[in-house]
Amino acid sequence: MYAFTFHRPQTLRQAANLLTKNDEAKLLAGGHTLLPTMKLRLAGPPQIVDLSLVEGLAGIEQSGRSITIGAMTRHNDVSNSPVVQQAIPALAKLAGMIGDPAVRHMGTIGGSIANNDPNADYPAACLGLGAIIITNKRRIKADDFFTGMFSTALEPAEIITKVSFPIPKKAAYQKFRNQASRFALVGVFVSKRGSEIRVAVTGAGANGVFRVPSFEEALKKRFSPKSLEGMSIPADGMNSDIHGSAEYRAHLVGVLARRAVAEAIGK
Amino acid sequence: MAANTAAVSLTVNGKPVTAEIDPRTLLVQLLREHLRLTGTHVGCDTSQCGACVVHVNGKATKSCTVLALQLEGADVLTIEGLAAPDGPLHPMQEAFRENHGLQCGYCTPGMIMTAVDMVRRKGHDLDDHTIREQLEGNICRCTGYHNIVKAIAAGARAMRGSSATSKAAE
Amino acid sequence: MSVTGIGAAVRRKEDRRFITGKGHYTDDINRPGQTFACFIRSPHAHAKIKNIDVSAASRLPGVAGIFTGAQFAEDKLGSLICGWTVLSKDGSPMKMAPHPALAAGKANCVGDAVAVVLAETLAQAKDAAERVVVDYEPLPAVVDPAKAAAAGAPLIHDVAPNNTIYNWHLGDAEATNAALKNARHVTTLEFINNRLVPNAMEPRAALAEYDAASGSLTLWNATQNPHVARLVISAFVGVAPENKLRVIAPDVGGGFGSKIFIYPEEVVCLWAARKLGRPVKWTAERSESFITDAHGRDHVTKAQMAFDGDGRITALKVHTTANLGAYMSTFSSAVPTFLYATLLSGQYEIPHIYCEVDAVYTNTVPVDAYRGAGRPEATFVVERLVEVGARELGVDPATLRQKNFVKTFPYQTSVASLYDAGDYQASLQKALELHDYKGFARRKRDSERNGKLRGIGFATYIEACGVAPSALVGQLGAGVGLWESAEVRVNPTGSVEVLTGCHQHGQGHETTFAQLVADRLGLSIDQVNILHGDTDIVQFGMGTYGSRSGAVGMSAIVRALDKVEAKAKKIAAHLLEAAEGDIVFKDGKFTVAGTDKSAAWGEVALGAYVAHKFPTSEIEPGLKESAFYDPTNFTFPAGCHICEVEIDPETGDTQVVGWTAVDDFGTVINPMIVEGQVHGGVAQGVGQALLEHTVYDDKGQLVTGSYMDYAMPRADNLPSLQVDTTVTKCPTNPLGIKGCGEAGAIAAPAAVMNAITNALGTELIDMPATPATVWATLQKTHTLPRAA
Repeated sequence: MYAFTFHRPQTLRQAANLLTKNDEAKLLAGGHTLLPTMKLRLAGPPQIVDLSLVEGLAGIEQSGRSITIGAMTRHNDVSNSPVVQQAIPALAKLAGMIGDPAVRHMGTIGGSIANNDPNADYPAACLGLGAIIITNKRRIKADDFFTGMFSTALEPAEIITKVSFPIPKKAAYQKFRNQASRFALVGVFVSKRGSEIRVAVTGAGANGVFRVPSFEEALKKRFSPKSLEGMSIPADGMNSDIHGSAEYRAHLVGVLARRAVAEAIGK
Repeated sequence: MAANTAAVSLTVNGKPVTAEIDPRTLLVQLLREHLRLTGTHVGCDTSQCGACVVHVNGKATKSCTVLALQLEGADVLTIEGLAAPDGPLHPMQEAFRENHGLQCGYCTPGMIMTAVDMVRRKGHDLDDHTIREQLEGNICRCTGYHNIVKAIAAGARAMRGSSATSKAAE
Repeated sequence: MSVTGIGAAVRRKEDRRFITGKGHYTDDINRPGQTFACFIRSPHAHAKIKNIDVSAASRLPGVAGIFTGAQFAEDKLGSLICGWTVLSKDGSPMKMAPHPALAAGKANCVGDAVAVVLAETLAQAKDAAERVVVDYEPLPAVVDPAKAAAAGAPLIHDVAPNNTIYNWHLGDAEATNAALKNARHVTTLEFINNRLVPNAMEPRAALAEYDAASGSLTLWNATQNPHVARLVISAFVGVAPENKLRVIAPDVGGGFGSKIFIYPEEVVCLWAARKLGRPVKWTAERSESFITDAHGRDHVTKAQMAFDGDGRITALKVHTTANLGAYMSTFSSAVPTFLYATLLSGQYEIPHIYCEVDAVYTNTVPVDAYRGAGRPEATFVVERLVEVGARELGVDPATLRQKNFVKTFPYQTSVASLYDAGDYQASLQKALELHDYKGFARRKRDSERNGKLRGIGFATYIEACGVAPSALVGQLGAGVGLWESAEVRVNPTGSVEVLTGCHQHGQGHETTFAQLVADRLGLSIDQVNILHGDTDIVQFGMGTYGSRSGAVGMSAIVRALDKVEAKAKKIAAHLLEAAEGDIVFKDGKFTVAGTDKSAAWGEVALGAYVAHKFPTSEIEPGLKESAFYDPTNFTFPAGCHICEVEIDPETGDTQVVGWTAVDDFGTVINPMIVEGQVHGGVAQGVGQALLEHTVYDDKGQLVTGSYMDYAMPRADNLPSLQVDTTVTKCPTNPLGIKGCGEAGAIAAPAAVMNAITNALGTELIDMPATPATVWATLQKTHTLPRAA
């Protein structure tokens, strides 16, 4: 690790001020993406702003037709939350599939979303449920938030405080793991809320998480795996590496979407 | 030492610890290098192998992926603190020995700390499938996991009603 | 059998320290005033080192010293060596290139160390290492072993034209070709035996300390054979004379071969510790292990097996190109030759076998012995061919094997090995029953109903363990003998220390060796301590690898115990005032035959040291004996493993859903430990077949350099394993032991691939059979409706 100065702000405002004053400062939430990168000296932020003492950033609440999860809420707490399990079981299940138990005790939803790793699970849930990402400055629709691999709509000194998930009628997440990293080689989140159908894919795309309009159209007619039979997406724009070709990933998107829909309708 | 240091106070195995450290000190470095608690190991640099698992505030945590400074006021339990020095072994330690759940011993402390946490979260009746799934973050190269799985199932049963359970699982 | 004697599943004595966090691995040890080493490694697979500028780095805080390959060369230190000379077909010796511990002039693989920084803290050493400026001139690299010897390939070492280390062969080419020509059927396969990264969970580590007062050096090192390390470092590298170098291998967290070898890092730590006059500590980070630990396997093979009209194997012909990487590691030359071709007869009577092996240099990490070392590769050749042959001939694969089994012993194979004892039919039969082979068709139908493909595969393997008769390995080119030593030291109170030249790093010697001694002397195992891993304490020894500790190491202990007993009887005769010939030793008691006179073990032990009651002019006081045991043959463990897999054809995901292993290891000292060895070996073999893939890009960069890309077997990749044994004792050693450490890793890859190809209906798939590979294979073979 390169040397850095460690800051422990007590309030969101202090945290934002530290970011404003230090261009290259990085926020530290659960640390499970940032610290491994720093350990390998792939990143060397001179300032670390630790959010663990900032009050009010963790917690889960249901209000009306949505669930709001604080940015510092750990994956384990989302996965075990009776509120989430009852309202959006697919989201609880997804949180319980991130990393391993020890990672889930530290990793946070805000950290995952802000990093937008192309193989991470939460971006699929956000896009697949049409979440709103709430920051210290504004509310951003998931459709506008994820702007490409490791990049988001967040501005300098902008801090995610909460994520609000509308409660769907049906939803499910299917993940096919990379055997080495255990990240999603391909993950597909599907949801149905009224007439709104969403199919969001993580892991597969060269530009990070994306929606599949053709699948969504087909599912609008009938929300059934049968609607997707024979459907695939083009391999163009898919990741291709030693773990799977673009064709394989494109194929898995179809398989996992069908399985997710089947799971969502309880089949 | 870098000129830049910071103080942290926490509890390790029931004892208060205060240290003036380089901010980049990881929890595992604090344990191994500052406190000479070398039972916690480092087996990878990508937060995957689980040789470094300890409990932070009662929950299994990869000590290679936490800065010591993040743990102000925290309660840390390592393999050395799982059983009293002169007392009986913790039931999970005993189960690993009884079921030959270790060979070279390097991954073992992390396995045992993970296993105790698993019982806290999943209860005392652990089936083969659950144990294997819950061991996703711990790599062993010696045992093929067969006897680790057996050991954890036995240890979980033995922890039922054991006084050691409540202490470690709090 | 007593509760702790031979054959008892005694719980391990060593476990208490490991489960309480009190083990002592090399990195747990610290010496006053120690500095930390950070190696500067070539980022290029092949590059000239034009200049190294350390000036900026030297001025950084905490830096105690920076040394380069040029300085290493100036100090006239020797090269690391490969200790086993293999001759080419034309009689010329292998082309061993120099391997300096710090490269000077040219770096030959990514990870080749070119300099080292020593500083007060590791962080400072790393900070400074980044400021060392190395001026490289990148050269074209060769990575693929199949292309290494081709015309125009970049030359790695001047001493080895065409990057060829040797063209070796074994067997009768003419007879084999004739048999192939006359065969009713010939099965042909071409495959890659994938390169593996050993990944012992404890990364390699070294801590070196120089004592100016005595002029001696001490090295704490994660090694499987401290004495050989000391010998090579003193005799060949010349860092210190052998008597001024102490090597201590404390608790070692797994080895699997990778810690047999003598590596640059420990040499550099010793050299730097003397130059600085301060201790030097180095511990590999995992990403460093990936580019410095010797890798395993990496063969490209074409093989043909000939059958007659009755389904009898008449010949086997094999051509293998073996990638040895950028330098010849310590035992690398022997692995694809004497540990490989000599096992190509498998469990079968094959009248004619011919094997050619071309070993090549490439710009990759050196390749050497990894669990099984040559024998998994041989088993893969033979067992894949037999299985595919059975499929092509339309015969049940178990039946075809039975027909060809060696049934009478001793059996001289056509590739030099002399099988001493075995009952291959017995282990196959037991495995078929335990596995419910007959129920496979039903299970396959059940899988099909769930949209899954199911396959079953066998591996009836043989291996040669217990290396080995010294004269024989000497004839074959080994630079050392492969006996083992033991010293049994009886204390006046009757407790015992056993000093062994073996080294444990997971095998449980502290327990099994104690079982042997306690059983023999009538002691409790707590009265027996096993000492190993310190050249200042233990007489010379050869270390632990190749499943040799039981067959060779314990045999040495038996010989020393024989001498102890003989001397103790003499002393007992004086104590009991009887003739030596009348003394009987049993259950820890010396009795005079036909009388009720007796002396307990402890009385005789004390008597030996008190020395009041026997003539010391005839019998020396004390009770301590040593032995060097040299085996007369290899041992030949064998067995049958059956693997069953289920494949999701939509994703290619492959799960091992059943495993039965029936092994013949000869005498079993501790069945609990033996089963554990099988479990671990199988996991590594399943890892090779399904998960582990070492990938270099064409520039020589290791793509799979961490657990993010190199898939290690985890608990959910494996099923529960059904493990059993049959026993034919090894006739050539006193305990009848064959060895168990590598069997699983030897049998498993072939068993898994036989099962997968059975499920897929095609043989055209290489290891590792990852989901992506299995899916792509299914797309190619059109055995299924093309998935959308």
